Amino acid sequence: MLEITNLHATIADKPILNGVSLHVPAGEVHAIMGPNGSGKSTLAYVLAGRPGYEVSEGGVSFEDRDLLAMEPHERAAAGLFLGFQYPVEIPGISYLQFLRESLNSQRRSRGEAELSAGDFIKLAREQAGLLGMDAEMLKRPVNVGFSGGEKKRAEMVQMGIMSPRFTVLDETDSGLDIDALKSVGAGINRIMRAPDKGVLLITHYQRLLDYVEPDRVHVLQAGRIERSGGPELARELEREGYAEAVA
Amino acid sequence: MTAPFPTHKQEEWRYADLDSLRPVWEQFAEPVTVTVGAGESLEEVWLPAADDVQLRRVQLALGEGATARIFALNSAPVYGRIELEVSLAEAAEFELFAANIGTGLSTNEIVTNVKHIGVGGRSRQTVRSVLNGKAVGSYLGKVEVARGAQQTDAEQSVKAMLLDRGATANAKPELEIFADDVKCAHGATVGELDAMQLFYAESRGLDPASARALLLQGFVMGLWDGASDAEPICAAARDALRRVVV
Repeated sequence: MLEITNLHATIADKPILNGVSLHVPAGEVHAIMGPNGSGKSTLAYVLAGRPGYEVSEGGVSFEDRDLLAMEPHERAAAGLFLGFQYPVEIPGISYLQFLRESLNSQRRSRGEAELSAGDFIKLAREQAGLLGMDAEMLKRPVNVGFSGGEKKRAEMVQMGIMSPRFTVLDETDSGLDIDALKSVGAGINRIMRAPDKGVLLITHYQRLLDYVEPDRVHVLQAGRIERSGGPELARELEREGYAEAVA
Repeated sequence: MTAPFPTHKQEEWRYADLDSLRPVWEQFAEPVTVTVGAGESLEEVWLPAADDVQLRRVQLALGEGATARIFALNSAPVYGRIELEVSLAEAAEFELFAANIGTGLSTNEIVTNVKHIGVGGRSRQTVRSVLNGKAVGSYLGKVEVARGAQQTDAEQSVKAMLLDRGATANAKPELEIFADDVKCAHGATVGELDAMQLFYAESRGLDPASARALLLQGFVMGLWDGASDAEPICAAARDALRRVVV
């Protein structure tokens, strides 16, 4: 479903990714773990198309399409979702307006009918409810005044509303207390565990993987996948640290 | 008696469109005086009218512990000017949230003179401008802190977005402080939309043009988040933005 081949990327001419290759088949959840500065967030941003992140070599195909040739909004319409490590605040625009315009923009470009205001509010309330978020918060400006945990939960509500084909979650677990972690984990399973969907879960820690069992675990170090394995690899990393595990 | 007609040599009229003002000067010349008594509070929303030239001159006197919040949209087709002189007694609070939205050859300006007279007063002025074509948008804000007005906390935040090379933004915060234990902050930027906000919106599926229009709306609408009834001014701002963002 997502095939990353020998991906090299630079930021301001500084190489960050040095040949990442990775295949996530439909129906699977893959975790990427790695120390700070290993390139995890860069990989997430390159997949979503953040300006300034230059791909110097290699490629990414998403459902047999050239992902890197698409603009960020086209990637979203094609079914790719990025859960941000640091969700962005947009004062003056309510979450409801932001998400409705975004979703309808995606639907237009896929040739689907737009959702009416009523239908959209119903969908948004339902998804907020499933993730244990007070739906009233969706009337507030995007992420403004939200705590770190609330922002992460709101990212998952967005994912529920967009219902993407593939999601990249960049440290969605950071800033979450244990109850929030459980409900976010359950949300990921509910929204994304399907035979035609895929997940790339970027994390520092094992703890989210207790709730979202990965099919494969990859260790990213110095911009390359240094080791891959089953779910037991995450537990080994937790126990022994990165330096030991990839030595 | 009518006040003498201003000239560009007067600092507070430096960027004014005096030619457009002259024919209507008589009807506007005297400022309106508003007094907010001790401990009382005032909230006002100033919407633009349909006239080509619009001038609002207000003198606002805040008594001890009084609070005033003004939400204003300045968006005249030719020349709009909001002129506000505020005096704050002890522990009074004044907040202004105002926008200039202009297109074509219009000039819109917000000119304030905030006088902290008593101890512990607080003023916050937030001004946003969105300008296109050859429009001019200005903020001239003077804050005076009198000798005895210790623990004054005054803040001015001025930001402008220029959508066209021909548009002009003037931002001139000015401080005159005669007390030694005060906090006066000011910041002014003229710039572009935030790259991270744009990417965030695009990553959710908005095409670049729609993302820009939405963020410009947010840039202005964020001003009214605190209004008790924001809808009329939001609607007026959306109308004004539709004329500016084409």
